[in-house]
Amino acid sequence: MKLTTKLLAATCIVSASAASAIELEVTHWWTSGGEAAAVTKFAEAWNATGNTWLDGAIAGSGGTARPIIISRILGGDPMAATQLNHGRQAEELIEAGLMLDLTEVAEAGNWAEIVNPPSLLDSCTLDGRIYCVPVNIHSTQWLWLSHAAYETAGVPVPTNWTEFVDTAPALREAGLQPLAMGQQGWQQNLAFGAITLAVAGLEPWSEVTINKNAEVAAGPEYAAVFEAVVDARELARGSNVQDWNQATNMVITGTAGAQLMGDWAQGEFAVAGLEEGVDYSCLPGLGLNAILDTGGDAFYFPVNRSPEITAAQLELAALLISPEVQVDFNLAKGSLPVRGDIDMASANGCMQQGLEILASGGVLPSGDQSLTPDSQTQIEDLMAEFWSGSMSAADAQARYASIIASAD
Amino acid sequence: MTTTLAPPQARAAKRPVRLFRNLMSKIALVPMILTALVIFVGGTAWTVVYSFTNSRLLPRLEFVGFDQYERLWSTARWIVSIQNLALYGFLSMILSLVIGFTLAALLDRKIRFEGAFRTIFLYPFALSFVVTGVAWQWILNPDFGLQNLVREWGWTSFTFNPLNDPDTVMFGLLIAGIWQGSGLIMCIMLAGLRGIDEDIWKAARVDGIGTVKTYVRIIIPMMRPVFVTALVLIASGIIKLYDLVVAQTNGGPGISSEVPAKYVIDYMFRAQNLGQGFAASTMMLVSVLIILVPWAYLEFGGKKRG
Repeated sequence: MKLTTKLLAATCIVSASAASAIELEVTHWWTSGGEAAAVTKFAEAWNATGNTWLDGAIAGSGGTARPIIISRILGGDPMAATQLNHGRQAEELIEAGLMLDLTEVAEAGNWAEIVNPPSLLDSCTLDGRIYCVPVNIHSTQWLWLSHAAYETAGVPVPTNWTEFVDTAPALREAGLQPLAMGQQGWQQNLAFGAITLAVAGLEPWSEVTINKNAEVAAGPEYAAVFEAVVDARELARGSNVQDWNQATNMVITGTAGAQLMGDWAQGEFAVAGLEEGVDYSCLPGLGLNAILDTGGDAFYFPVNRSPEITAAQLELAALLISPEVQVDFNLAKGSLPVRGDIDMASANGCMQQGLEILASGGVLPSGDQSLTPDSQTQIEDLMAEFWSGSMSAADAQARYASIIASAD
Repeated sequence: MTTTLAPPQARAAKRPVRLFRNLMSKIALVPMILTALVIFVGGTAWTVVYSFTNSRLLPRLEFVGFDQYERLWSTARWIVSIQNLALYGFLSMILSLVIGFTLAALLDRKIRFEGAFRTIFLYPFALSFVVTGVAWQWILNPDFGLQNLVREWGWTSFTFNPLNDPDTVMFGLLIAGIWQGSGLIMCIMLAGLRGIDEDIWKAARVDGIGTVKTYVRIIIPMMRPVFVTALVLIASGIIKLYDLVVAQTNGGPGISSEVPAKYVIDYMFRAQNLGQGFAASTMMLVSVLIILVPWAYLEFGGKKRG
């Protein structure tokens, strides 16, 4: 009896203190230097409201973190909030009623008006209800170039992908790696996606990725894409690093000429103290097609039994999309803000280019928003095999077309 | 005492029902029996049933026949995984036994510092596969590890880079696996060798049989149960090969060091396709049964009759 009373008293104290300052556990996979700096902005803003941000960073990219996050939600031990890429990753969790409905917060904050492009909010919406807060826009069609490497090789810094391929032999002669590439399926898939948009253009891309038209995937436009990837594969030979930020580091230190990576690479350049236009340059759309996809990160709030935590979850949801937090976070992360109505004058040249493309409407939904994780994994497996081995372009294209044909 | 005195008819009537013999120990066993039935058999049956559905992130009962299996067997990554496991399994089985037995036999020759050597050889087994994988990833890394070391010694053309070559990556994994596992096999073998009666050795020496021949012809056949134990341990280690691969190569380069268990995990959780993952794990179960059933029949079925 005595112990029970003690325990009850302890619980009372805990719940009493919890009422004044709510501790929310937030899981995410932002662990590289630039990413960690960005997530701190969220934590600071949340702590400033008198609550506590309990950081639950999971190392090792989304592929490692997502299964952990999802099994925790399914296993009945949900965190208060979690990062996911918006799109189809959380579709079934929402259908199963495991995610908190944020529609009221969204209506109060007028998200429908401020979120640009609107497709971001569409990915958070299921049957007219909103289930996630988009926090940033990431595009993947960027080529990052090291000025130091080109100086060593004695050739001018290229201004588009074609020039880059032409200057690659000069880099090889100077003993440098032309293209840095992390040996992970998603990075190879990202490079493939970027080359697809640059080489094939918008029409065939959307026909394949959005409409899942396998005939186009087997057609001549995509044949050219796979040929270009074979070229890129040769340029990436000898790059043995694994993680994307290790590959970015090769560009930062000037041991590699370039890297195909999303705009989050910018955070790494910023942390290393490099200046855009002087030490490195960036080519959105690989300098060929000024189109960016608009994937990104969003926060989901798993349903929680405690009403206090639920209230705090809604509060956090509103905070993440508030103007000041958006500016601070996105400047640190190197990503574009989800609001069209805030001042990003302090952003550097790369982000300004991205913002211009965004304003001029050169946007399309990301692969995450159109393809299921199942199809994505199959494509990543294919790309891992294609990039590391000696598979011919025609074979890879045939297998790609059959994955598209079976995608739903 | 009373039963012995009772007339034969009464004794037959009172014969205890077989079910109630040793009742207490049977009651004590109930939780374990239930665990085995519900968790292992039940879980296995559930997995097999759901492998015939189109479950994605959440399990649902919409049957699609053998679709998942057709897709599985037309997937290049699965085929590569099976081939890798077969290669790894075959070599690891043979090498573990040979190395384990050789080390044990050498230690059994009454050498000095036996205890120290035994500790050194067994020590890697105390490390988890993840630590083993990371350590060997560094050792085999051409820029920091073995290759770099030998080059610094002056042999500048020395090349040893198994992990970045699709043709040799499985051998890189094998080195780490053997390094980690052969110490345990050595200990089991050593225990077996110590169980051999000293008189056998004396008799062999009297008959003038050489040491190697004594081992091969007399000692090894006598150690049959020890070898069976070692084989079961090695085989279960091979089938569940997963964490070593994740830590050391993560399936790369490309898909050239993928293994079936990794396919199961990746498709269940990363690809959010439970049906496909279940189909793959069912295939793993089937392949284990194909090997295990004939062996169990020979091992246990024969004994009952003989």
